Amino acid sequence: MTALTAPKSTNANALLLLLRLRTFVALILVLAFFSWAAPNFLSTANAVIVSKHVALNALLAIGMTFVIITGGIDLSVGSIVGLCAMVAGWLMLNGINLGIGYTVWFNTVEIVLIACAVGVSVGIVNGVLITRLGVAPFIATLGTLYIARGAALLSSGGRTFPNLSGSAEFGTLSFPFIGAGKILGLPIIIWLLVLVGLLAHYISRRTTLGRHIYAVGGNERGAQLSGVKVNRIKMFVYMFSGFCAALVGVVIASQLQASHPATGETFELNAIAAAVLGGTSMSGGRGRIGGTIVGAFVIGILSDGLIMMGVSSFWQTVIKGVVIIAAVVVDQAQNKLQARVALQQEAANK
Amino acid sequence: MTETHPIGLSIRGGVKVYPGTRALKGVDFDLRMGAVNVLVGENGAGKSTLMKVIAGVETLTEGTIEMDGQTLTFRDKGDAVAHGIGIVFQELNLFPNMTVAENIFIAREPTRFGIDIDARAQSEAARALMKRLEQDIDPDAPLGMLKIGQQQVVEIAKALAQDARILILDEPTSALSATEVEVLFRVIDDLRAQGVGIVYISHRLEELIRIGDYITVLRDGLITGTRAMAGVDIPWIVTAMIGEGSKEFPRTKVANFGAEVFRAEDICLPRLGGGYAVDHVTLSVRAGEIVGLYGLMGAGRTEFLECVMAQHPQSTGRFYIDRAPLVERDVAGRIDRGLALIPEDRKRDGLVQIMAIRENITLSALARFARWFHINLRAESVGSAEFVKRLTIKVASAENPVSSLSGGNQQKVVIGKALMTEPKILLMDEPSRGIDIGAKAEVFRIMRDLAADGLAILFVTSDLDEVMALSDRILVMADGCIAGEFAPSVGHATVIAAASRQKIKDTAG
Repeated sequence: MTALTAPKSTNANALLLLLRLRTFVALILVLAFFSWAAPNFLSTANAVIVSKHVALNALLAIGMTFVIITGGIDLSVGSIVGLCAMVAGWLMLNGINLGIGYTVWFNTVEIVLIACAVGVSVGIVNGVLITRLGVAPFIATLGTLYIARGAALLSSGGRTFPNLSGSAEFGTLSFPFIGAGKILGLPIIIWLLVLVGLLAHYISRRTTLGRHIYAVGGNERGAQLSGVKVNRIKMFVYMFSGFCAALVGVVIASQLQASHPATGETFELNAIAAAVLGGTSMSGGRGRIGGTIVGAFVIGILSDGLIMMGVSSFWQTVIKGVVIIAAVVVDQAQNKLQARVALQQEAANK
Repeated sequence: MTETHPIGLSIRGGVKVYPGTRALKGVDFDLRMGAVNVLVGENGAGKSTLMKVIAGVETLTEGTIEMDGQTLTFRDKGDAVAHGIGIVFQELNLFPNMTVAENIFIAREPTRFGIDIDARAQSEAARALMKRLEQDIDPDAPLGMLKIGQQQVVEIAKALAQDARILILDEPTSALSATEVEVLFRVIDDLRAQGVGIVYISHRLEELIRIGDYITVLRDGLITGTRAMAGVDIPWIVTAMIGEGSKEFPRTKVANFGAEVFRAEDICLPRLGGGYAVDHVTLSVRAGEIVGLYGLMGAGRTEFLECVMAQHPQSTGRFYIDRAPLVERDVAGRIDRGLALIPEDRKRDGLVQIMAIRENITLSALARFARWFHINLRAESVGSAEFVKRLTIKVASAENPVSSLSGGNQQKVVIGKALMTEPKILLMDEPSRGIDIGAKAEVFRIMRDLAADGLAILFVTSDLDEVMALSDRILVMADGCIAGEFAPSVGHATVIAAASRQKIKDTAG
């Protein structure tokens, strides 16, 4: 490296580092702004409340991140949230009528497992449509978005399943605990986020599965010719996304102690927003679980903070849109700068 | 003859310099109207460059182009088109989702008031063109419904619609079946009769002799023979193409081959529109042996390798590894059985560009560094570093994206990835494509070393020197079939002749 180019590329490198950490920088900026503009924003109590809100979206966004890294998209997650909430409500109130005058009832653990199985099943349907029948991910999951939402509405005739407070007889008294309970002073949903987040991070960084997810998104044909079982990888990401959505559905049903068939509408868009804000590339191959979680926090803090400041929710919507577009614009700038720095380094090496 | 075929375009002292190479070294070329001007030469001889210069795609570094007594410079392809020069590239530039007429008039649509496309005028003009070419093609049919040969006719019509008086055809028959070739030749005959000057580039020597009126042979950027076609035979062309003293590559050591490792029996791959892209191919490779599979463009070499790598579920036939049948139907299964492929197109098939060098090298063999799901990152680093060293891949850090490497080093990464699966047989498709001479020599050295260690190698190439220099045994493919099997000591001429489907024994090299 010559003396002439050295300071220039150091500057570029510093800027590049800043751009790489942009989601984190954005988080700090948003936090700093609201702690100045909204009193009580930085209190522990408020932090827990905000985290509870964020956790739901972050869980969905984690599943979404894997899907987007493979180059796909999952529009059905919001509907899966609704469907799984209804499944939980149905099982609590009605059990399963075997049609011979005998009804099977389930305890809390069984209900959670069944709801998760339903979410994973929708993921399997998505995966089969995409890998076996060659339907584009956007269309396949748009279809299951409608189907799952329709099924949720059909389950109750469009009505709410109320009073899901549980009964001692069937071992469901613990159901409200999922949404309201705390372990070591933190709400269960936050523990769930930590758990799923760590698991997903581990998968993405340290497992063959994770490596293959990135390879499929980076070059599907190349990955296939290298012996990656592309279809299996795609099946996994849609199943995992369905699983995350099912968890969110159960938590919401438990928090409200009621399940409504419209639960989770447009959640898929928030999840995509968090993933994109966190640096996940819509063209596949790039993205990190940590980035997605930080992205979800930026969005969540933004909306909660604006509420505390008394800004109209209409403006919040506008601001959210601006932030997402800004994130992608910065992403493009980073790519260009990265290419330039790489060229400079190459020139310097020669 | 000169009287009947006036010169329509001539190049004097044409020199074209690319960074690092002189593709044309002072070429004098006359293009005669109302005749088929054949251009022939080995890969890299300068045919394509000469053709691109005429079509305005490239400009000459030195020398002049003259038309009708005037010296011209074509700034771009549009300039050449304005002078009545059309070109049909080997890769067709058409839109399968649009109709024939829309394709012919793409970006030059006849309009009313500059806005509304006059679809009827467009269709009529297209119909008139098809009539001129004596082709029964419906102008309103979607292009994607046509056979490849018909699509080529559409491409020719597109050039004629722009009043082309000179038409360049680049390997027009490489993707055509025998009947489609006949159709094309009829079209060419008609155009010739109408006074169009045709430049015809092909590797198929018999075809050239049949269709050509004048022949120009290029070798290493120089014209080594140019004359009227009358009296030209294949030996003359071959001599002009490769020179009098055919290059010999003596074997440095007598190889010691082991048992048969890989065997393909009766492999067939049906071609769209009838016939076979791979036609009952049977071959085998022994341990430590390098078998070169030589063939011209479209001979079915790449398709054969794709069959081996389970890319064509509709293919038939049997494979054996170590004499046991290969029944796995997916790539992962076949890799496990000891097959590995170095694909022709590194960017598209070989590498995940945005991943690190380390991640690319270990992609096929990740299981080696993993227990269940968990990857031992340290073992992976050590493993990839070992291959970086063994294959002398020049990297600043194995953590850099693979896209930061030069072509030769990228190719070594692909080789490393294949070797990491500990294959029994290595399939290489055009292993030296797109890499510089130094890297090429290194890749060849690596191949030799691997064979010496007992690996069976089957490599595919369209470079004659390469197949002669590297192979222990040469197989020639033509039209999907194995057209001949030779020892590397055989002359260039024999191999070329076999590849262009000429069954001869007495051709001098």
